[in-house]
Amino acid sequence: MRRPAPAPGEQIERARRISFSFDGRSVPAYEGDTIASALFAAGQRTFSRSFKYHRPRGLLCCSGQCANCLVAVDGAPGVRACTEPARDGLRVEHLNARPSLEHDAMAVVDRLPSRALPVGFYYKTFQRPRRLWPLYERILRSAAGLGRLPRQQAQRSWETEYRRRHADVLVVGAGAAGLSAAITAAQLGADVVLADEDVRPGGRLLDEGGHELAAQLTQRARDAGVELLSRAAVLGYYDGLSPVWQGSTLHQVRAPRHIYATGTIEQPLLFADNDRPGIMLSGGARRLLARYGLTPGTRAVVATVGERGLQAALALQRAGVSVAAVADARRQSGSSAAALRAAGVSMLDGATVRRAHGRRALTAVTLATVGGAERTIRADLLVVSGGDAPAVALPSQAGVRTVYDPRSGVVGLGELPPGIGAAGSVIGDADVLESGRLAGLRAAHALGLGDEHSRESERMLAAALGAEPAALNGAAPVPPDAVAPLPAAASGGRVVVCSCEDVTTKELSQAVWEGFDSIELAKRYSTVTMGPCQGRMCQLACIRLVADATGRPAQEIGSTTARPPWSTVPLGVLAGRPFEPAKRTALHDRHRALHADVRWAGDWRRAYDYGDPAAEARHVAAHVGVIDVSTLGKLLVRGPDAAALLDRLYPSAMSTLAVGRARYGVLTSETGRISDDGTVCRLDVETFYVTTTSSGAGAVEQWFSWWLTDWGLDATVTDVTQALTALNLAGPGARLVLGAVADLDCSNAAFPYLHVRHANVASVPCLLVRLGFTGELGYELHFSSAHAEHVWGALFAAGAAEQLRPFGLEAQRQLRLEKHHVIVGQDTDSESTPFSSGMGWTVKLAREADFIGRPALTLAAAAEAEQVLVGLALPDGPLPAEGAVVLDQAGRPAGQVTSARVGPRLGRALGLAWVPAALARDGAGVTVADGERRLAATVATTPPYDPQGSVLRS
Amino acid sequence: MSFVLTCPWCGPREVTDFAYGGEIRDAAPGGEDRREVFGHAYLRRNVAGEQTEWWFHRSGCRAWFLARRDTRDNTVHWTAPVQRAGSA
Repeated sequence: MRRPAPAPGEQIERARRISFSFDGRSVPAYEGDTIASALFAAGQRTFSRSFKYHRPRGLLCCSGQCANCLVAVDGAPGVRACTEPARDGLRVEHLNARPSLEHDAMAVVDRLPSRALPVGFYYKTFQRPRRLWPLYERILRSAAGLGRLPRQQAQRSWETEYRRRHADVLVVGAGAAGLSAAITAAQLGADVVLADEDVRPGGRLLDEGGHELAAQLTQRARDAGVELLSRAAVLGYYDGLSPVWQGSTLHQVRAPRHIYATGTIEQPLLFADNDRPGIMLSGGARRLLARYGLTPGTRAVVATVGERGLQAALALQRAGVSVAAVADARRQSGSSAAALRAAGVSMLDGATVRRAHGRRALTAVTLATVGGAERTIRADLLVVSGGDAPAVALPSQAGVRTVYDPRSGVVGLGELPPGIGAAGSVIGDADVLESGRLAGLRAAHALGLGDEHSRESERMLAAALGAEPAALNGAAPVPPDAVAPLPAAASGGRVVVCSCEDVTTKELSQAVWEGFDSIELAKRYSTVTMGPCQGRMCQLACIRLVADATGRPAQEIGSTTARPPWSTVPLGVLAGRPFEPAKRTALHDRHRALHADVRWAGDWRRAYDYGDPAAEARHVAAHVGVIDVSTLGKLLVRGPDAAALLDRLYPSAMSTLAVGRARYGVLTSETGRISDDGTVCRLDVETFYVTTTSSGAGAVEQWFSWWLTDWGLDATVTDVTQALTALNLAGPGARLVLGAVADLDCSNAAFPYLHVRHANVASVPCLLVRLGFTGELGYELHFSSAHAEHVWGALFAAGAAEQLRPFGLEAQRQLRLEKHHVIVGQDTDSESTPFSSGMGWTVKLAREADFIGRPALTLAAAAEAEQVLVGLALPDGPLPAEGAVVLDQAGRPAGQVTSARVGPRLGRALGLAWVPAALARDGAGVTVADGERRLAATVATTPPYDPQGSVLRS
Repeated sequence: MSFVLTCPWCGPREVTDFAYGGEIRDAAPGGEDRREVFGHAYLRRNVAGEQTEWWFHRSGCRAWFLARRDTRDNTVHWTAPVQRAGSA
């Protein structure tokens, strides 16, 4: 289609040509075109097929409100072609027609009598016989739906950035009123965010010749420091926080003052076959002209209830469209009507549309006057203007009550709660600029900004605007409810009220007749207002139809509750980034270089093994190995009250720990349950070094800090987990290796078990603790992560003679199991107490000081535990899975296996398990149920390897 | 449940920055009465109205402080560090 000469303010850039594909064919476009405008220019008139009846649909609103132009772009369905910018190389496809938009096999449904698929048919048909339900489901699934998601997960991924924005004022809608409100508030010093769905600010100004004013206002807003978000949809209202979706960013805007300048939504008319391609809202027709240089038709009929449709007729006429007739439902006329008559346009007063003719495209329109006389006029374009409904959904979510006004026939806003303002046509103000200014002043003053001068302006404006708003152009619009839909039976055809969900007026009446006689029930049963337009096009008409069908006045019907999201938004935007932070130790690259199998341990990446965990474990027992335990939580507790703090936090006394000594510490909760464990070392009188489990560091720091704050003790807790690297050197050769790199006497006499020393290891200052988690002679080295690779390298250089090898998490677990060393969180759970876990010795009830959980632990000490954690000797063969059930003597589940391995030193299978207390005797036989298998195991209350701990202390 | 809490050190932040620590309680009962121990560990007053409660600035300075909030509408009347005199 050749487009008319460039219009001032048009959005397309005629010098820049691009192209995209639609259903495989190439479509030319200009920069600035939308997908729909380019398709329209190329002759496309059918843009989609309706949801249920598969009726052809064309452009109606051209502004992203209805659902007639939904397409898939680059595989992503649910995109509105009329607002999506055309870009070079896009792949656009239609959604729900097979094999094509022009020939849709499902359109046969439209030819069935209405009885076949009544409202709520899926509650009535497809019910019996029930065994055929899988077949019905397949049929319904392929018949329904609006597009397919790509099968590949990668094609469905979505990158979203969340942005927190605290502002003073959020203005929703950048039409004339919104711009005016934003400018006013910002000029008084408020921090203003202005969010607007359109590609540039200006609202209706851009479609009705006001682009210069729009540009001026936009510049003034920028100069005033307003943050302008375009192509940004406000999704809802949450206690003062409005999420705004813009591209790949979700702005979480919190503003104590919100101003809604959301404008009005032009309504369609109800008549037979009112959904044909070629029927457009007057705003849509004008937008095609003003922004994209497109003539929406060659021969037009205009049907209106108010001034807006007449102005559209004038605009079309001036653009060279032949306007065959204008039907105005009113009997009065004003200057626009006079101008049209002067231009030779046939004007019918008191008339409206009875029926549209044509199927794939409009061919003719039948008009009828109130008296009944009909006229059928040939036309390829029918421009309708059925009234302007204020866009109340967002302010309604913010708590503003909505009220049906019978005089104007629309639902409007009631009283505004504190913090919420409104401006422009949404509150029925004709002078939108002044309305915006008043809202901006009110918001700024509520924030404490402004001065006497601005407050005086507010008073004067409020008085001026408080008077009855002057009707536009001297002629009041006919309330849309006065334009009754004419019964479809009179002339056949469907009167579609909800075009998204394909619900006709007859079906909605049927729903009410069946008993769903409130607007909320009728909505849920018939699905009106539940489609992509969320009632923008049909809420008002549905209220009036329900009023008619129930015989109640419209103001008693109410509206359906407005809910977020107000605009269609992909779930991926709300779900946020798929974000999996991985914590690595400073030696991560070393493990990789050694071909370690690196796995997740909580949010840490850890070396699970270096190829053969059983061999690594045996090597530790026979020679020497080193493991990276940097993931351990590490806290420094310091101060005059440090000892007192730890005394009160732990069930054991820590103040009795001598300087240079270490002690195993189990942390218990207020209810006496084990919450974490680790080592407590005393570095000096006022300094303790506490280790925690790898996943517990944050929680333990939070816990310590809380009690410290509550008790008001004089101490500090510092989390040094990430700052320090920790290595555990274990095995008979550990002493020789350490001695070769440390400036320290490592003999057993000079550095006994559970002692702490400071020394330089390969010239790096190091904290050394003699511990024995693996059951072998062992030293733990803690030092600054900056020197991690240096110390690691030095150890291996010095350790070559002793055959030092690295060992991983799995080998460590095998070694510790032969010592029955418990792993908190693996062998214990949230109900385990120290007494039932074989750690009762850590609880010193006899001491005087009060400590957390003391009363509960006292009770637990006296009580009989039902289940107790013990070692198990397991038979040869496949190991039971972790979680395998332990049966009591009656064969009932009464415990579980928490760990099971083949012991590297023993060469036979063993484990740890919770067993009924009655069976917790050394040598007792228990049965383990592992799936179908039954294993006979034996309880072992002492560890099979070095039960006296003499190897540890050697 | 979306509101703003003012950390006494860092300033106003979205409530999601923080971890809730529960309403303030009396010290644990000294004795070993089972009912009292259970009550202190598990039961809360849970008022519909104003309460003083603990918050932890999880995504910020990681300090604990107190707040006074109306549980019915999440109006926060004040936030403040714990005021204590002397040590144990």
